[in-house]
Amino acid sequence: MSPAYLEVAGLRAAYGDIQVLHGIDFSVDEGQIAVILGANGAGKTTTLRALCAMVSTEGSIRLGGEELAGQRTADIVRRGVAHVPQGRGTFPELSVEENMMAGAFVRSDAEVRADIEQWYETFPVLGERRTQAAGSLSGGEQQMLAIARALMLRPSLLLLDEPSLGLAPMITRALFEQLTAINKEAGTTMLVVEQNAALALGVADVAYVLEAGEMALSGPAHELAADDNVRRAYLGY
Amino acid sequence: MGVLVSVLGVFDVSFDKLSNGELWLAQFFRGLSDGATYASVALALVMIYKSTGFINFAQGSLALLGVYLAYIFSVEQGLPVAVAVVCAMVASAVVAAFVERVFIRPFPPDHVLPLVIVTLGLLLIIDSAVGIVWGFRTRSLPSMFPSGAPIEWGIAQLTWRTIGNLGTVFAVVGLLYLLLSRTKVGLAFRAVSSNLESARLVGIRVGPTLGFGWALAAAIGTLGGALVVPDLLLEPSIMLRVLIFSLAAAALGGLDSMVGAVIGGLVVGLARNLLVTFLDLSELALATAVAVILVVLLVRPTGLFGSTRVERV
Ligand SMILES: Nc1ncnc2c1ncn2[C@@H]1O[C@H](COP(=O)(O)OP(=O)(O)OP(=O)(O)O)[C@@H](O)[C@H]1O
Ligand SMILES: [Mg+2]
Repeated sequence: MSPAYLEVAGLRAAYGDIQVLHGIDFSVDEGQIAVILGANGAGKTTTLRALCAMVSTEGSIRLGGEELAGQRTADIVRRGVAHVPQGRGTFPELSVEENMMAGAFVRSDAEVRADIEQWYETFPVLGERRTQAAGSLSGGEQQMLAIARALMLRPSLLLLDEPSLGLAPMITRALFEQLTAINKEAGTTMLVVEQNAALALGVADVAYVLEAGEMALSGPAHELAADDNVRRAYLGY
Repeated sequence: MGVLVSVLGVFDVSFDKLSNGELWLAQFFRGLSDGATYASVALALVMIYKSTGFINFAQGSLALLGVYLAYIFSVEQGLPVAVAVVCAMVASAVVAAFVERVFIRPFPPDHVLPLVIVTLGLLLIIDSAVGIVWGFRTRSLPSMFPSGAPIEWGIAQLTWRTIGNLGTVFAVVGLLYLLLSRTKVGLAFRAVSSNLESARLVGIRVGPTLGFGWALAAAIGTLGGALVVPDLLLEPSIMLRVLIFSLAAAALGGLDSMVGAVIGGLVVGLARNLLVTFLDLSELALATAVAVILVVLLVRPTGLFGSTRVERV
């Protein structure tokens, strides 16, 4: 079996002296959607930050066979990794359009303009407010902008940290449908951290459950969705 | 009225002066000219404050170094003053980029206090180094602009220097605006100012971007110094005084607003000249500037044009 597109082994991460991840392993195949579940403080955000060198880490992170560990954030982004951080993923003082251009900062091709228009079609509210400062958008609109901003990279791996944060349930469902469509059309590999476990497990191929910085469970999403412990802890029935 | 007279009496006000329209106009022009120079240095302060959240106290010292270089290039090497000033701007930009790389970048950008202390240390080091290298005797740097005044009303003269100073500062603001709003490096700079973490996540190299900001700010500060010094004399403590007036200007303008810095600079320049002339406050001019800073920070911390800053998480 060929190695997965994203192959993480023995990942440890710490904030100063506080060890948060204690050597976790996981992998995502090319074109798949993976979801990470876990209680508050389990280390989900830290896992995504570790992939982008936003926290001090040890261990191996291989993307398409290339080692990312030890590289700088700016270079990891140039390898096609886009990250929608938890909350505040926009540039509040910049206009919506400038946020989109910032998302394409490392691109130099001629299709940036066309991509901006394309995402305005997908998220019409952003197109309507293109000249407005991002900070003046509602929380949910800012979250859409953060996602569109990340897509402007044309990422090969998209990291989403609680994309549904602050979105109304209907919008969340629409957003996940859009993410699935992007995954199908562009083949973008996605790693999603999500509180809405039912929804996330519904669209994901594989799922991982983090507990206190250790990987507690992993498997195909539909199997985890049927697991009694997962159901009680994350699905609430 | 009696109270007013006795209050004014404390300041030794001469009513002859107060009713002298030409003197008012003369001081108005001088105020604008000084104000333009404070505005330039204030712009440099605002650039760094916007992107990093701290005041670079070494801004005046980098400008001091730049002005001494302009002196060397023009008076000693015989270059035309304007050319010498441009060379000095480039040189001070290079020095600032080096200083940023060696003394600033090793510190985490989101911990402001250590950085402020480093800039205070840089102020002392650069000012004394200039004193050691060039000594403490005063020198005079010629102005970039011709002497004389195209417009005169008695003692009130609108000199070429005033026109040049004002024109320069407006040109700087215009160019800076274009650079920040129309270029990729400008977008990177504003993105870093707005959200450091997201700037990293879109692939912007934060360190070099801030280094670029330092270089640009130093060049602008040097230009401001080269505008102000011809009116005074060049000696190692000169820019410290200019820095205090420019800080007052920046605080008045709101610390993070470029337009605010320019208007703050002009207001401080006017106020200083009027106070000095009509209230004989020359000894207290610096103290007045410090008072402006304190009052603005107490009463209206966002100044006239500042934005209420979004808290960093
Ligand atoms: N900047 C930081 N400095 C110190 N400790 C931190 C920092 N960020 C997170 N932690 C700690 O690391 C642990 C994991 O945090 P993390 O943000 O990864 O959790 P999470 O699973 O994303 O939680 P949530 O569901 O609440 O977002 C927590 O115990 C937290 O206190
Ligand atoms: Mg989190």
